Amino acid sequence: MAPGSASSPSPSFPASRPWAAVGAMAAAAAAGPSPGSRPGDSPEGPEGEAPERRRKAHGMLKLYYGLSEGEAAGRPAGPDPLDPTDLNGAHFDPEVYLDKLRRECPLAQLMDSETDMVRQIRALDSDMQTLVYENYNKFISATDTIRKMKNDFRKMEDEMDRLATNMAVITDFSARISATLQDRHERITKLAGVHALLRKLQFLFELPSRLTKCVELGAYGQAVRYQGRAQAVLQQYQHLPSFRAIQDDCQVITARLAQQLRQRFREGGSGAPEQAECVELLLALGEPAEELCEEFLAHARGRLEEELRSLEAELGPSPPAPDVLEFTDHGGSGFVGGLCQVAAAYQELFAAQGPAGAERLAAFARELGSRYFALVERRLAQEQGGGDNSLLVRALDRFHRRLRAPGALLAAAGLAEAATEIVERVARERLGHHLQGLRAAFLGCLTDVRQALAAPRVAGKEGPGLAELLANVASSILSHIKASLAAVHLFTAKEVSFSNKPYFRGEFCSQGVREGLIVGFIRSMCQTAQSFCDSPGEKGGATPPALLLLLSRLCLDYETATISYILTLTDEQFLVQDQFPVTPVSTLCAEARETARRLLTHYVKVQGLVISQMLRKSVETRDWLSTLEPRNVRAVMKRVVEDTTAIDVQVGLLYEEGVRKAQSSDSSKRTFSVYSSSRQQGRYAPSYTPSAPMDTNLLSNIQKLFSERIDVFSPVEFNKVSVLTGIIKISLKTLLECVRLRTFGRFGLQQVQVDCHFLQLYLWRFVADEELVHLLLDEVVASAALRCPDPVPMEPSVVEVICERG
Amino acid sequence: MWPHRGISLQAPILPEKEGEIHIIDFDDENNIINKNVLLHQAGEIWHISASPADRGVLATCYNRTSDSKVLTCAAVWRMPKELESGSHESPDDSSSTAQTLELLCHLDNTAHSNMACVVWEPMGDGKKIISLADNHILLWDLQESSSQAVLASSASLGGKGQLKFTSGRWSPHHNCTQVATANDTTLRGWDTRSMSQIYCIENAHGQLVRDLDFNPNKQYYLASCGDDCKVKFWDTRNVTEPVKTLEEHSHWVWNVRYNHSHDQLVLTGSSDSRVILSNMVSISSEPFGHLVDDDDISDQEDHRSEEKSKEPLQDNVIATYEEHEDSVYAVDWSSADPWLFASLSYDGRLVINRVPRALKYHILL
Repeated sequence: MAPGSASSPSPSFPASRPWAAVGAMAAAAAAGPSPGSRPGDSPEGPEGEAPERRRKAHGMLKLYYGLSEGEAAGRPAGPDPLDPTDLNGAHFDPEVYLDKLRRECPLAQLMDSETDMVRQIRALDSDMQTLVYENYNKFISATDTIRKMKNDFRKMEDEMDRLATNMAVITDFSARISATLQDRHERITKLAGVHALLRKLQFLFELPSRLTKCVELGAYGQAVRYQGRAQAVLQQYQHLPSFRAIQDDCQVITARLAQQLRQRFREGGSGAPEQAECVELLLALGEPAEELCEEFLAHARGRLEEELRSLEAELGPSPPAPDVLEFTDHGGSGFVGGLCQVAAAYQELFAAQGPAGAERLAAFARELGSRYFALVERRLAQEQGGGDNSLLVRALDRFHRRLRAPGALLAAAGLAEAATEIVERVARERLGHHLQGLRAAFLGCLTDVRQALAAPRVAGKEGPGLAELLANVASSILSHIKASLAAVHLFTAKEVSFSNKPYFRGEFCSQGVREGLIVGFIRSMCQTAQSFCDSPGEKGGATPPALLLLLSRLCLDYETATISYILTLTDEQFLVQDQFPVTPVSTLCAEARETARRLLTHYVKVQGLVISQMLRKSVETRDWLSTLEPRNVRAVMKRVVEDTTAIDVQVGLLYEEGVRKAQSSDSSKRTFSVYSSSRQQGRYAPSYTPSAPMDTNLLSNIQKLFSERIDVFSPVEFNKVSVLTGIIKISLKTLLECVRLRTFGRFGLQQVQVDCHFLQLYLWRFVADEELVHLLLDEVVASAALRCPDPVPMEPSVVEVICERG
Repeated sequence: MWPHRGISLQAPILPEKEGEIHIIDFDDENNIINKNVLLHQAGEIWHISASPADRGVLATCYNRTSDSKVLTCAAVWRMPKELESGSHESPDDSSSTAQTLELLCHLDNTAHSNMACVVWEPMGDGKKIISLADNHILLWDLQESSSQAVLASSASLGGKGQLKFTSGRWSPHHNCTQVATANDTTLRGWDTRSMSQIYCIENAHGQLVRDLDFNPNKQYYLASCGDDCKVKFWDTRNVTEPVKTLEEHSHWVWNVRYNHSHDQLVLTGSSDSRVILSNMVSISSEPFGHLVDDDDISDQEDHRSEEKSKEPLQDNVIATYEEHEDSVYAVDWSSADPWLFASLSYDGRLVINRVPRALKYHILL
């Protein structure tokens, strides 16, 4: 049956169906005779079978072949295949089944199942019959085919036998032919060997002449190759006289060859590659490597020194040096290129020399390299003063890039490190140079400002205002800083070969640029500004006060904005990424603020001093005893008010107004006139007698108890009112002290009264707390009264009239 | 200058037609202050200095107002005997009755106008006086019993402008041959033998120099103060730079005084109404504190341990005295008790203070 199934061309599904039925039947038959037929079979017969049934037959096949039904068909829950009561199961046990039926079912059901089973058996029988009929033809044709095949095979067997006999005959013949030809083959082989030997001998005999010819033609390489080939043989057979003769000849020629090669080598004009070739040949000729190596280096040295000399000539003081880029280019291509060639050739030729040879080369390179570096440094030193950074950086880049090749070749000579060092040094010097440049620029700005401040009053028109000057200075410094940053930034540009060195990645950015250049500049700026405060010429002649004011504002601006801006800019441009501690912005800001404060305080002192001097001169030079009755305010006081107004304007240009103490309701202009009348008069005039001085003292003491102590030179705040307050305080205190040193006549006292009232009228609006002016002027008049032997004060109304008139 | 006890002070600038001199006795033990008033009828006193030899003699500069002109003169006076003896049986009475000074002699100033300052030779027999008049420096010899003053020699400042001496001191060193003066912003040293200038510190202060004093223990050291609110210490051998500068006051400094025995203590008075006591250890004669004598063998170990614990002293401000309500014009140390000092302000308030006890022991031990 198996061959039949295998040979059937297309085992389609309907064709397989009968098998399943047969299988099932066989299983049923194997289980022995059963009284009933299967209950699940549908009565319609095979023609009208449902897909369910088909699947069931399929399942049975699977069961038969040992496949689990569930996994193939996916039937959710089939009956247990091991159930002995399952009619279609493989383990069906008729006895158990019958027992079960008999036990479980009533009679009627038994009868039913019996009829049912009989009907099923019948249906199965008819099914089988139909199948057999249907497939009968196929069985017969299968039987025919098998019979025909049996015949064919028998014929084939005969032919195979014949083939075997023929092959045996052929083998036999072949063996006989081989045996016959054996002898001749051996002779041919021997003859071929002799031929080769003879050719070799011929080569040997011709060797001297060939060598001579090669030497004559200058084909040294060829000659050395020949010599190399023959050398061993000649060495081996030198005990034979003929060979000895050849060898001698060869040696003579070889010696001549070596001679010529050396000659060529020594002449040395033919450049490094040819020299290298010479050396290679000489080495092949077995010349001592040590000596050759020395000589090779000596030649190389000569050439390289030539290069160095020409470089030095370029450097020479008399001719204008070519630009630095050209110089490094020249050096790079000439010297460094040469060095590279030498090193490469050396390493190729004398690789066998081992560490000693390498050491020798390294020493050689070190020595020449250091001379080269010295030259380069001299050249670069000439460049230090120059302003063009990009050229320098490009030159350095080439220099550094060029040296990377020999650096890689000769790690031991430390050329690359030395080159990096030089670049770093130059970079550092550049930073220093830029710092100097910035400082100079700052000083230049200051000089400009001084000139601008000194110049403009000529044509009567106002020169550039302070605010404008300040803006000019600030922008000019900022642009200088930016220019410097940009110039220095070239050192860290990506395309520059040394920018990825650790120095340029870390220290250069943080310590060099940020700390050294920017922070250094800001610090030096603060210092320069502060030095104006400490200058010995404290009399104010040295520095124009306006400059102090301007610088103070500049520093303050730096504190508020510019410093952080510059540092941010720097940090952005130079990604500072190392762990060196850097000066925080706040420290710098604090320094700048301190500078601004000192400058402003100094400004106040200087301006205060100017006015003080005026007041002091006016008090000291006047004869207060014999003065006339006051008719008007002294010119000095008007001058003081004018100057104060001018200062107010000047400060107002740069500083904000500031906070005034809230004015009390009675602090209007009117009250000031009251001040000089009732209160003052009540205070000193009536009660004063020479015999009772303590009363006035007591009065003034009691009054002072309730007024706050005035700090004359107190630090100022950054606003106009505070500055003006400071100046006025200083001036009035001076007036007070000077008045106390003088003796006044009656009219002298009255003049002081007038002057003070005038000052009172005009100065109160400048200060933060008008009470202050009030107090100080009060004190002045009181002191003058004390210093007066005949204190008769002027009528307040008259004082007012005089003041308003003047 | 009244060595028996208490302190003496220069009279304040009292605005009186007739000056008074108040002799203040301060009894340290009982904390009692006695006041004696001496009338100075010639005029208001601007400067006063006591003779180092005779405690009853003093010299004053005073203003004389005549014909609507003010002229500053100088004279030497003798105090009444009973005050000089220093015995005060009845202090209450003495303060009520004003006594008069006895005029010994005038320092003739007809040739030269206003006398700014009178200085006695510090170590001598009270026979030599220097007075500063406008731009002249005058050396007077007092005749027997100070009855007459003879002009011995003089020198004058040359130069443009109206130069005026403001202050002067006689150096206690170099056998009393040196005098230092101040005019405007300049300090000058003079040799009294030749009356010639020895040294000159131009622009010693930014503004007017108000006062100066010599270090009593270090011969080349000099302190000065002025209107720039600073106190500067000078080494007269190198006058280009001050040795030290103090900037503690906020207004003109009128007075600077070294302590007579412990020269690290410097007293300054200013018109910001403050008195400041500073400890200038680093430039004093005892920069490492008081040196311990070796003969205290028994206490040696104790001293050693003390010395180890002692740190080198720093220059600092010891104290700021703010008792005054108005400008302080005069400060001075007691000549009897080195830990006592007094200050006087415009409003006539006299304040007597002691050096803080802790510092005193620190210096002594």
